[in-house]
Amino acid sequence: MTDLVSTIIAKYNYWIYITLMMIGLYAMIAKNNLIKKIVGMSMFQTAIILFYVSIGVKKGATIPILEYSHGHGHDTQLVVHAADYVNPLPHVLMLTAIVVGVATLGVALALSIRIYDRYNTLEEDEILTQIREEK
Amino acid sequence: MIWQLDLAILTLVVITGIGALMVKDLLGAAILFGAYSFMMCLLWSIMGAVDVAFTEASVGAGVSAVFFVAAVFRTTRRTKD
Repeated sequence: MTDLVSTIIAKYNYWIYITLMMIGLYAMIAKNNLIKKIVGMSMFQTAIILFYVSIGVKKGATIPILEYSHGHGHDTQLVVHAADYVNPLPHVLMLTAIVVGVATLGVALALSIRIYDRYNTLEEDEILTQIREEK
Repeated sequence: MIWQLDLAILTLVVITGIGALMVKDLLGAAILFGAYSFMMCLLWSIMGAVDVAFTEASVGAGVSAVFFVAAVFRTTRRTKD
């Protein structure tokens, strides 16, 4: 039992990421307003990005910028210890994901503006009743 | 990574996220979403991902908050939930 509790506490950040992701999923499914749904989608994306970036973190490591590079007169320090730097590969991948996420957000907001122009509301149930009445 | 700071800012991220979904005013939701993105930027600089942090500060907290405010300005502030 204490083993389980210590496992949960040691991985607290993953539990909070999953909580954030489930809040976003709940908002996408259960919220009635289109803007709230888009906020939920954005939260879902950032929860996944948080998970991936947190994989690259190491204990006692610094940011991934080389301390002694070529041409600084430290020829004895040229060996790079990978354990001293956080892993930059997830950062680069997630940089792309952030930019794609903002593009998705822009398209979603533009579509919701068009929907508002057509139906004069942003609530999903009112839009659905208007579509049913048109038929 | 300082885990006390990490936990405190993660709690703030969850609080601002829930607040952005709970508030009954879409302009308030947009502002709280900007605060959420800024807390996320702080979280990334704590994790050592400085490039992701300043991309999030400019693109996430800047551009998407402006997009939300512009969309709310073009449509309506009222919401039922």
